[in-house]
Amino acid sequence: MKAFNKLFQAIDQTTSTNEKTEALAKYLRESEAADAIWTVALLMGKRPKRTVRSGELRTWCSEESNTPVWLLEESYHVVGDLAETIALLLPGRTTNKDVALHDIMQDLISLNDKTDEERKNYILHMWRMLPHEQLFVFNKLITGSFRVGVSSKIVVKALAKVFGKTDNVIAHSLSGNWDPATVTLHELLDEQRFSEDSSKPYPFYLAYALDTEAEALGDVQDWIIERKYDGIRGQLIVRKGNLFVWSRGEDLLTEKFVEFHGLAKQLPDGTVIDGEILPILDGNILPFHVMQTRIGRKNLSAKALKEAPLSMVCYDLLEYHGTDIRHEPLHERRNKLIALLEEVKKQTIASPLQLSPEFPAANWEAVARERMAARDYGCEGLMLKRKDSFYKTGRKKGDWWKWKVDPLSVDGVLIYAQRGHGRRANLYTDFTFAVWDGDVLVPFTKAYSGLTDKELLEVDTWIKRHTLDKFGPVRSVTPQLVFEIAFEGIQRSSRHKSGVALRFPRISRWRQDKDAGEANTKEDLMQLLEVTR
Amino acid sequence: MISFDDNGIFCRQANVYIDPWRPVENAIVTHAHSDHARWGMKRYLAHHHAVPVMRYRLGSDIAIQGLAYQETLQINGVTISLHPAGHIWGSAQVRLEYKGEVWVISGDYKLLRDDVTEPFEPVRCHSFVTESTFGLPVYKFPEKESVQQEINGWWQQNAAVGENSVLIVYALGKAQSVLQLLDPNIGKIYTHGAVDNINRLFEQTLYPLHPTERVEATTDRKQMNGAMIIAPPSAMGTPWMRKLQPYKLSICSGWMQLRGARRRRGADRGFVLSDHCDFQQLNTAVKATGAANVYVTHGYKSIYAKWLREQYGLNASEVDTLYTDAGEPGEEIIAKEAGNEGVQ
Repeated sequence: MKAFNKLFQAIDQTTSTNEKTEALAKYLRESEAADAIWTVALLMGKRPKRTVRSGELRTWCSEESNTPVWLLEESYHVVGDLAETIALLLPGRTTNKDVALHDIMQDLISLNDKTDEERKNYILHMWRMLPHEQLFVFNKLITGSFRVGVSSKIVVKALAKVFGKTDNVIAHSLSGNWDPATVTLHELLDEQRFSEDSSKPYPFYLAYALDTEAEALGDVQDWIIERKYDGIRGQLIVRKGNLFVWSRGEDLLTEKFVEFHGLAKQLPDGTVIDGEILPILDGNILPFHVMQTRIGRKNLSAKALKEAPLSMVCYDLLEYHGTDIRHEPLHERRNKLIALLEEVKKQTIASPLQLSPEFPAANWEAVARERMAARDYGCEGLMLKRKDSFYKTGRKKGDWWKWKVDPLSVDGVLIYAQRGHGRRANLYTDFTFAVWDGDVLVPFTKAYSGLTDKELLEVDTWIKRHTLDKFGPVRSVTPQLVFEIAFEGIQRSSRHKSGVALRFPRISRWRQDKDAGEANTKEDLMQLLEVTR
Repeated sequence: MISFDDNGIFCRQANVYIDPWRPVENAIVTHAHSDHARWGMKRYLAHHHAVPVMRYRLGSDIAIQGLAYQETLQINGVTISLHPAGHIWGSAQVRLEYKGEVWVISGDYKLLRDDVTEPFEPVRCHSFVTESTFGLPVYKFPEKESVQQEINGWWQQNAAVGENSVLIVYALGKAQSVLQLLDPNIGKIYTHGAVDNINRLFEQTLYPLHPTERVEATTDRKQMNGAMIIAPPSAMGTPWMRKLQPYKLSICSGWMQLRGARRRRGADRGFVLSDHCDFQQLNTAVKATGAANVYVTHGYKSIYAKWLREQYGLNASEVDTLYTDAGEPGEEIIAKEAGNEGVQ
């Protein structure tokens, strides 16, 4: 843990990607094997199920540090991170005790079947034993996402350096399911073992947003134009008679997608398809939240299956009859995909797989028009893919572009603010916006991102000076500032006062030229509802 | 005896404001930071050591009277005296007594010692006005010695690989105290013009500081190798600073206690060094005054006032002022510096 903490400090104390990679490589070379694999797992965002509730931590910390619970809460809202708040509140101790990272992880996992008292005793014991400077990292191990300014790219680079392999090979080895408690780094990166793991997905190829005129991409005939769907990007794998469905976030979601289970028999062994999982009913794509609701369900009822039947719109084939074909040109992969989907159709009348249709474009103007129409199909825009492109690893420029429609926008009045988290800790950056309903302001969305650091500070200062009331951590402010809110979609919602829910709302600009009275109205929102559906 | 109005903290009996933010006739100024020492007052009163800085910042023609610590002044039956606040050199708490009732307005203050500031003196009173910049228990400031070790260690480490070290601090107060923490044996110490101007005033008023060189347009940057450069927040991200490359950047501030604040500023390191009280210091100071009434100004005022009521049973309430809420790390520093020293 001492070495891990030192690694964390080294990473935390630099903003340079190179230095972070170096520090991680050094750690991986020097640390114990059992710790190294845990470190890789944690930095990649893989973590065991949480065994201590945050409410328990709050109570125990309050007792241990003699801080009233309300004051701990206030502190938490300022610090913006529970692990850090607790570390700062606990009495400081300087000791030389060290516990191995993998032991701590095992202990935390084993708390799962312990009594409340045993769990409390363990946590208090650690709080009292560990040196003060390690408490933050220890608390982070308990509380969850270990985001410490290291992207998986950095982990891949560091491992590539240490093990002398290419980034792509490393990225592929790290994908999928593996348990840091039972595997070592050497095993994980071993190609033999790797080929035996039939569930392993390929790293996804991701596109950047188009940053030039479409015309600059050259001859439109060199491109495959497809719709850009708003679902869950997934990889569907059939190997050795088993089916695996991975999401882009590398969650194994096979169990959730019962519609696909028959494919284990219908697709040949050694098939990997890349596509978008969507709820499609009678040929129409249903809104994203329909699928969200369904994915969130623990038990799938017949009703849920009927209301939100899932399909995969397939756009790429990565493995064909057991051969990795990612280095073949896209148009050839696509031809194989078409043939494969035909095969499935022959076997079942209700195939959950359909081909992502290609838009036959005569010129870029036609493509631009098609893009504008995307919302009519429940899509976000277009994907432009070079016909002869390989399937690359990670986010790369050049061959694949996403070309989304411009977002919808509404001018809203800032009415509530709350302090943010992480880099925004102690700053009022989490806003609630309202539109006019007659002469009353009704909240219609929250938005967090979009302002520059400078604007955030300005707004933060303004909020402190224009607070009308405080409800716990939330401040209501004079309804005066107007912001343009951009969003990708709008749905009716009975849970929101305004009657609508927005998809991906963010602040597109601060309308300093507008007074609160000039903001949009609830009627405007209702009109958008009509227009978009 | 004391009221809080739109101009500032007011003593009607003596017709004097303490740290007013709008032009008034008579102003007692606790210290020369720009949110407390504002422009446009007819007459100023401050500690002797604050006078040169106030003349430098507010104009050499201001009418200002200097007072020593503990020296008393009688105005219309009110006894007024200044007492060390420990915030920056020349900073003072203001004690006012009328017919046996005593008020102390502390401005900004700290209990931890630094090397250039007269240490804070607890003054018994009935009513105490306190700041609450760091009035949350998550703020626990380390002793000067440990920060000193960290800073010099960091400098040494950077110097070993031929990189400069840039330390971002307030030009007034922190720059002088941090300079005295540096170990001149490690390398040469440079200053930004805004810092150097204040350093000269300090030396004219008090005593010599560690030797430094001002970074001028003509300074040969190639000669700066493993050097320490002390600069104000306004220098961050400027062409002036880019010329110091290669360098590592750190900020000295109480805000650096929080990881989010540190990361937001894009600094390589944050040193927890403050001229304000942390939570424990505030509690110690409030208790030492013996005051039954406490008025909490700029900072986490509502939270801290509630704490004083619940924990110590004091009659504590929050007061709105225009002193920098210090709500945000560093940025209010920038505003402060830009307002005063805009020129480099």
